[in-house]
Amino acid sequence: MSDTTFTAAEQESSRSTDIPRNPPQRALRLHRELSRVWANDKGIWGQITAVSHSTLGLRFMATAFVFFAIGGILSMLIRAQLATHNGAFLDTEIYNQIFTMHGSIMMFLFAIPMLEGLAIWLLPKLLGTRDMAFPRLTALGYWCYLFGGLIMLTALLFGVAPRDGWFMYTPLSSAAHSPGINADVWLLGVTFVEISAIAAAVEITVTILRQRAPGMKLTEMPLFAWYMLGTSAMMLVGFPPLIAGSILLELERAFDWPFFDVARGGDPLLWQHLFWLFGHPEVYIIFLPAAGAMSMIIPVMCRTKILGYGAIVAAVLGLVFLSFGLWVHHMFTVGIPHMALAFFSAASVLVAVPTAVQVFAWIGTMWKGQPQLHLPMYHILGFFLTFVMGGLTGVMLAIVPFNWQAHDTAFVTAHLHYVLIGGFVFPMMAAVTYWMPLITGKSRIKGLGETAFWVILIGFHGTFFIMHLTGLLGMPRRVDVYPDNPEWVWLNLTSSVFGFVLTIGFAMFALDLLLHITLGKREKRDPWEAPTLEWAMPIPSPNYNYASLPTLQHLDRPARDVIMPLARGEGTLPGAPRNRRELLVTRAIGAAPDHVAILPGNTALPLVLSASICAFVLLMLASLYLVAAFALIPVAAFIWLWARGMAPEGDLAPVEVAPGTTLPIHHRARQSLAQSGLNALLVADGTLFASLIFGLAFLSVVTQGPAPGIAGAENLATLIGMGIMAVALISAAWASTGATRGAAMLGVALNGVALIVLVWLTLTQMDDPTLHTRDALRAVVAGYVALHMIVATGMAAFVANQHARGEIDGLTRGAHPGWRAWQGFTAATAVLAMIILTAQVLA
Amino acid sequence: MKRAVFLAPTLLVAGCDTPLSALAPAGPVATDIAWLWWVMLVGAGLITAMVVVLIALGFRRPSETRPRVWTHGMGLWFSMVVLTLLLGAGLWVGERIQPRNDDAVTVRAHAFQWGWAFAYETPDGSVVETTDLLHIPAGRPVDVLITSQDVIHSFWVPRLAGKMDAIPGRTNRTRLQADMPGTYEGLCAEFCGLDHAGMRFSVQAHADWPPDPSETEQ
Repeated sequence: MSDTTFTAAEQESSRSTDIPRNPPQRALRLHRELSRVWANDKGIWGQITAVSHSTLGLRFMATAFVFFAIGGILSMLIRAQLATHNGAFLDTEIYNQIFTMHGSIMMFLFAIPMLEGLAIWLLPKLLGTRDMAFPRLTALGYWCYLFGGLIMLTALLFGVAPRDGWFMYTPLSSAAHSPGINADVWLLGVTFVEISAIAAAVEITVTILRQRAPGMKLTEMPLFAWYMLGTSAMMLVGFPPLIAGSILLELERAFDWPFFDVARGGDPLLWQHLFWLFGHPEVYIIFLPAAGAMSMIIPVMCRTKILGYGAIVAAVLGLVFLSFGLWVHHMFTVGIPHMALAFFSAASVLVAVPTAVQVFAWIGTMWKGQPQLHLPMYHILGFFLTFVMGGLTGVMLAIVPFNWQAHDTAFVTAHLHYVLIGGFVFPMMAAVTYWMPLITGKSRIKGLGETAFWVILIGFHGTFFIMHLTGLLGMPRRVDVYPDNPEWVWLNLTSSVFGFVLTIGFAMFALDLLLHITLGKREKRDPWEAPTLEWAMPIPSPNYNYASLPTLQHLDRPARDVIMPLARGEGTLPGAPRNRRELLVTRAIGAAPDHVAILPGNTALPLVLSASICAFVLLMLASLYLVAAFALIPVAAFIWLWARGMAPEGDLAPVEVAPGTTLPIHHRARQSLAQSGLNALLVADGTLFASLIFGLAFLSVVTQGPAPGIAGAENLATLIGMGIMAVALISAAWASTGATRGAAMLGVALNGVALIVLVWLTLTQMDDPTLHTRDALRAVVAGYVALHMIVATGMAAFVANQHARGEIDGLTRGAHPGWRAWQGFTAATAVLAMIILTAQVLA
Repeated sequence: MKRAVFLAPTLLVAGCDTPLSALAPAGPVATDIAWLWWVMLVGAGLITAMVVVLIALGFRRPSETRPRVWTHGMGLWFSMVVLTLLLGAGLWVGERIQPRNDDAVTVRAHAFQWGWAFAYETPDGSVVETTDLLHIPAGRPVDVLITSQDVIHSFWVPRLAGKMDAIPGRTNRTRLQADMPGTYEGLCAEFCGLDHAGMRFSVQAHADWPPDPSETEQ
C-alpha cells in the first residue's frame, strides 16, 4: 500500500492510455494570453473585484496573521495582569473581555482562516488546476471573514466585546446574566465569519474531488489533499452544530425563546453539547491541514518519499470519524454518570492512535531519508517536541479522574497551547517558510529565521511548561487576581517573562518574512527540488498557475522535468484562446476527464453581497429586528444576481482539450461543479437540521424540565394543515424533476401554498414560543422549514425565468438541477420535521 | 506512608505552603488521582524522551527501514498497549472514588454569584447553614450535593477530590474525604462572571461529627 512504485513497464502502459499531448507553442505567448484573461483588475479596484485563489488565499493568510498579532497583544495584556498576584493593570470587566477575545480571535479569526487561506492558495496548484471551484465564493468568504472580524474588533475598542469566555457557556451568556450587546457580538460576529468556513469547506471538497489532474487517482493524490478532504468533511459536519447553537442562543437573547432557561424547560447543557460537538472536531480541523503540510514538507526535507502513505490516509479517515465521538471529554465534570464517561474517555484515548501513526510515519520518513536542516525543518522539529508533549497531556486529560482535578485549571491552558502552537503554529511556520519562494519568487535572507525559531521555542516552553504545574497547584483559568496564593507568583511571573520572549520571537519571524519580501534575491524555480506539481510553474506563481494543465504523464515526476512541457502548452487546455477562464473538470473516482468549466471573471458582487449581509448583522446587533428583516431583501436580490452570473451565454460549443479529446462545457455537463457544490452544502444543511432535532431530542429525553403548556399539534386543523403542506412539497419535488417552464411555475405555486399553510399554522395553531422550550424549538424547526421553502420558491422562479429567456434546452440545463436537489431536500426535511413534531406531541 | 512519597517531590518543587495543590492530597480520593498523575508523568516523560531520541537518530545516514515497523509497530501496537493500560487504570480509579451507598455523610453546597451556601443536617434533624465555610467530618467519606442558584459554577477542593460543576436545574453529587481534621481551601473553578476569582471557600474537617455548635458559629 505504501510507497507505491510502478515498474517501468507498468508506468509506460498506464501512460500510453494518457491524453495525447498538445503541440508545443511559444511559452511567452501563452503566458501573455493567460495573464490577460486571468489577471486581477488594476489598482485598488482590482483588490475589490479579485476572485483569484492565489490573491485571496494570500489575503486570507495575511489577514489571519494580523489577527494573530492582535490576539498575541491581548495575550501579553493577560500575562502582564497575571505577573503579580494583585495585578491592578486591568479591571476585571476588561480582563474578562480580553481573555474571551484572545481565545475567540485565535480560534475563529486566526487558525481557521489561516488554514482556509493555505488550502485555497495551495490546493489548485497541487492538484494541477487553475483556480478553486467557486472563485466568487472564495471572495465572498473572505469579505464575510473580514467584516465579521472587524465587528468583533470594533466591539473590543468600544469596550463592549464578548466577556463570557470563548465557549460562551449559558446561562452566564444569557440575557439575564450578560446584559448589553457583548454576547451578541460574539454570536452574530462568529456566525457571520463562519459563512467563510462553510464556503471554504464546500469549495475545498469540490475542488479536491472534481479538479484533480486527469489520472490523479484519489489513492495517489498528494497527502495534503487527503488531509484537506478530511478537514473539509469535518467542517461541513462540525460547524453546523455551532451555528445551530449560536442561532438558538441569539434567539433566546433577542426574543426570549427559552432554550437554555431551566425555569421554562431548557437546559444549559444543551449549549455545551452543541458547542463541543463543534469544538472538539474543531481541534482536528485545525490540526489536519497542519499535519497535511508536514506530510508534504518532511519527505522533501529528507530527500525521500513519505513512509506509509496508505497508513497515513487511514489515520486521517480514522481521525475524522473519531473526532466526532469525543466532545464529552470537555464535559467530564458536568455530572454525567461515570460509565457513560468511560465511553468518551475510551474514544478520547483512542484518537491518540491515528495521531501516533502519523507521528511515527514522519519519524520513519526521517530514518528512511537524510534530513537537511533548512529553516522549515527547524519548525518541524519544534512541532515534534511541542506537539508530542501536548498530545501526551491530552491523553492525561482524557483520563476521567485526572480530568476532574486538572479541568478548568492552568494545566488545560498549558495543554491547549502545546497542541495548538505545537500542532498548528509550528507547522504553519514550516509551511510559510517552505512555500514562500513560490509566493514571492525570492529567496530569504539567512540567519534571522533561525534565530526567530530559537527565540520562539524557548519563549514558548518557558511560558507554558511550568503552567502545567501552576494548574496542578490549583490555579483556575480565567482569574485576574490571586491575592491569597503567593505560591503561584513565581510560576506566573516566569510565564509572563517568557511570554514576552515568545512575542519577540514571533515579531522576529514577521520581520524575517518582511525582509524576504522586500530584500530577498531572485530564487530559482523549484528551489527544494520537490516532486509535486505546485513547483512545476514559474515563480512567483502566475495567476493562472499552469499555461497548460498537467495530465498523468506529468505526475509524480521531479517538478523541474515538468515545468517546460506545461509552460509550452503540451498539457490540456493550453492558453486562453476563447478569452475566458477555463479549467478541466474530472470525475471524483479515477479522475477521468469529464468537462470544461468556465469560471467567472473579476467582480465586485462578493463584496456587495457580504456588505449586505453585514448590514443585516449590524441591524440585529442594534436590536432593530424589523428593519433587519427588510435588510434581507437586498441580500436575496444580490443572490439572484449572483445566480444570473452563472447563466449560460456565449459560445456553448464543446472544447478540444487535447488532440482528439473533445469535452462539453459545464452548462451541458452531466454533473457540474455547482451541482457537486450544492450537494456538499446540503450535507452541512442536513447537519444543521440534525443539530436542531438533536436539541429537541435532548430536551425531551435528558432534561427534566417543567411540563409544557397545551400544544396545538394534536388537533385536527393542525393535522390537516400539515397534510396539505406535505402533499404540496412532495408534489413540488415531483414537479422539479420536469425540465419545462410549466413544471417550474407549478413549483412556485406549490411552494407558495405550502408556505401560506405554514404561516397560518404558525400564527393560529402554535403556542407562544416564549412559554416553553418545546414551543420555542418547534418555532425554530418551523422557521427552518419556512426558510427552505422560500429559497425553493425563489429557485423555481429562477428556473421558470431561465425557461422564459430560452436559457434551458435539451442540452443546456441551467439552474434546473440545483432546484431539483434543493426541492427534494426541502420536502424531505419538512416531512421529517412534521413526523417528529407530531410524534413528540403524541408521546 | 504512601502519601509521603507523593508529597516529597511536591515539597521540593513548590515549598510546603500549597493549600490548593492537587499534588498535596489529604484524603483517599485526591491521593488516588495524584497516584495516577505521577504514573502518567513518568510515562509521558519516557515517551517524550523516546521520541526525541528516535528523531535524533533520524539524522544518521539513510537506513533501510520497514514502513510497517513505524506505522503498525509503533503507531498502532505500541500506542494501543500503552493507552489501554492507562485507560484501564483511569477507569479503575474513577470507579473507586465514585459516591456509593454506604455510611457517607451528605452535605449540601449551593453556589451563587459569588459565594457558596453550605448546609448539613444534624442527627436531631435540624439543618446547619453556613456561608463560604463547609463543615465535614474527618476520616469519613462525604458526599456533597451540588446545586446552583444562577449560572454554572464548579466546586473544587483540590486536596480532597476532583471538581464537580454546579449547574442550574441539576443536582450533582461528588465524594470527598479528609483523613485528618483541619482546614482545606476550595474555590469555584468554572468561570462565572465578575467576581469569579474571589469565589473562594474553606472546608473544615472535624474529628467529632456533628461538630460542637460553638465550633461552627459564624
